[in-house]
Amino acid sequence: MSDGAQRRGRSWAVALFLAPALVLLGAIVVYPIFFSVGRSFFDATGSEFVGAENYQEMFTSPATLTAIKNNLIWVVFAPSIVTALGLVFAVLTERIAWSTAFKVAIFMPMAISFLSAGVTWRLIYEQDPDLGLANAAAGAVVSVVRPPGELPGARPSEEQSLSPTGDGGLTAPESLGIGETAAFGFVAIPPEAVPEDAVQAVEPAATDGGIAGTVWLDFAPGGEGEPGSIDPDERGLPGVEVEALAAGAVVGSATSGPDGTFAFDGLEAGDYELRLPASNFREPFGGISWLGPALVTPAIIVSYIWIWAGFAMVVIAAGLAAIPRETLEASRVDGGSEWHVFRKVTVPLLAPVLAVVFVTLVINVLKVFDLVLVIAPGSAQRDANVIALQLWKTAFGIRDFGLGSALAVFLLLLVLPAMAFNLKRFRAEDS
Amino acid sequence: MSAVATPSGRTTKGTEPRSSRLVAALTRGPATALLAIVAIVWLVPTIGLLVSSFRTAADNAESGWWAALTAPTQLTLQPYKDLLGDPTIVSSFVNTVLITLPSSLLIVAVASLAAYAFAWMRFRGRDVLFLIVVGLLVVPLQVALIPVARLYDVLGLFGTIPGVVLFHVAFGLPFAIFLLRNFFVGIPHELLEAARMDGASEWTVFSRVVLPLGLPAIASLMIFQFLWVWNDLLVALVFAGGETQPLTVAIREQLRSFSANIDVIAPAAFLQMIVPLAVFFAFQRYFVQGLLAGSQR
Repeated sequence: MSDGAQRRGRSWAVALFLAPALVLLGAIVVYPIFFSVGRSFFDATGSEFVGAENYQEMFTSPATLTAIKNNLIWVVFAPSIVTALGLVFAVLTERIAWSTAFKVAIFMPMAISFLSAGVTWRLIYEQDPDLGLANAAAGAVVSVVRPPGELPGARPSEEQSLSPTGDGGLTAPESLGIGETAAFGFVAIPPEAVPEDAVQAVEPAATDGGIAGTVWLDFAPGGEGEPGSIDPDERGLPGVEVEALAAGAVVGSATSGPDGTFAFDGLEAGDYELRLPASNFREPFGGISWLGPALVTPAIIVSYIWIWAGFAMVVIAAGLAAIPRETLEASRVDGGSEWHVFRKVTVPLLAPVLAVVFVTLVINVLKVFDLVLVIAPGSAQRDANVIALQLWKTAFGIRDFGLGSALAVFLLLLVLPAMAFNLKRFRAEDS
Repeated sequence: MSAVATPSGRTTKGTEPRSSRLVAALTRGPATALLAIVAIVWLVPTIGLLVSSFRTAADNAESGWWAALTAPTQLTLQPYKDLLGDPTIVSSFVNTVLITLPSSLLIVAVASLAAYAFAWMRFRGRDVLFLIVVGLLVVPLQVALIPVARLYDVLGLFGTIPGVVLFHVAFGLPFAIFLLRNFFVGIPHELLEAARMDGASEWTVFSRVVLPLGLPAIASLMIFQFLWVWNDLLVALVFAGGETQPLTVAIREQLRSFSANIDVIAPAAFLQMIVPLAVFFAFQRYFVQGLLAGSQR
């Protein structure tokens, strides 16, 4: 074979090896970039040139503005939190014996689709604390810090017997002296909400050195009985807290028993005011509206962090393993604390890896779509909107290819800095 | 960073001096406790979905999945029986397989040919062309949805499985070529030269020398593409039709009334997860290598 023929053979071979890739890349990746740029200057159906109108609409219509604003929130919070968590996990796993098991647990969500992860988190975010894990956990905390009262929603049976204190509690309008009694009747309590240990209410018995009273459900099954008086079949309300105040200061507190009675003993002579503090009327925890307009985006970002922390951890751990042990050792021997070593040695040495992880996440976050579509309920999708979701809805929902193309071009412009970063890094590495 | 898969694999840790072991022991207690909590927090969501998927709709409407931990009789196979009796779910599962397998095989064929050319063939414009491929790594696939939808309309590929497959292959190519080329470049020069000296054609060198040696990277690529395509929702949402929709699209159809359909959604989502999880556990090493090769899609 002559030299020329060989070279010609070679270039044929090059063409054959490259052709399938170049055809696919050209038709499905490169050509669409140019098409989208051109198409973004035409109207919805492509029949009329509209100049920059689509871009104008993009930056003025509320739907796209919300999407852009949310993407900004995503970019500001998600990549930095994921990278930070990945770094912490990577450093800490070096100190445990079961690091492989830990890494598998954290990394596993990476293999799960955004769709299934979204379903998983939507279950967690159910508003009812009996159904959603997030609110069940929040409810467990709330019930310790602010336990629900015994009388949520209850009203005094006689308007004049108790008046509001202003902070949600109730107070008896007239003060009482030693030996006197008080009776607080309540209605608007569903029968099943009365504690099981409640028994027939009894009249308060005056004591010598104190004040006594009864808190009871002023309603008998069947509707017999007179408001304000303790009648047969009317039950006491146990567990209600009552405070006695003298000159505005709390001097004693008592809790009602199964028959509704409470008593203050050992009070000095004088006039006392009785008060039922607001805690008695506190409603039980109803659940945080995670997927409501205010919290939906942070809630979805949490699910994203759950998925991607493993990626950051694994890549950073590989970077960490490449740091010579002696370098870390030397700074420890120099008397550096663990924190000092971490901050002054580990993190600077890992900086290039952290940058790669961060940039990868930024690119990824800009394109977030599935998670928002799946987790945000229909009613919250406008509040949780992101560019990629709005693009899909614009292009394939209302079939406005002009605005859709403008959104696509905008998305492409946003990743250009990342493209520059990649190219720079590649050239530095390859030379 | 050295985050490119190389034939030698990852760097190994040196032996630690005694003082470092002492420090490690002192900080081990709190770290262990903290990481144990983190690991539990990370596992609970998946466990929640799994347990929910074995409960009836009535139970799921009544109480959280954790109720089944104290009342294990709630657990039933019925949701899965119903699910597998649902023709839409079954056919969409088949579609997922029909989309994912060809995508994973085709990308290996196309990318390894191109990667070989970029790594071992000399031609004009090679470096520029490869830089373009690296640049394309980050192009959001959203850019191509509208133009390719029109293109497919003309070609009759819209709503077909080959259409979905070709889209996945094309958008997987920049990463695939990048990954394989960087691996192929690391193959010892002498091996190729020796084969060429013996008069082997480029095809022979490629198929007999480079492909067998490149298997680890090819495995990474296949697993990556497999998970990517299996888990895709957006591309299928746009390009697949009613008859060709994969499982993800079928599940998404149910989401409109989430609470009412939870007895379908939870087992279907778990079914959707099982295959990628199995692949992940079986081929973890290759998956991690693929990730370390700087996936930026």
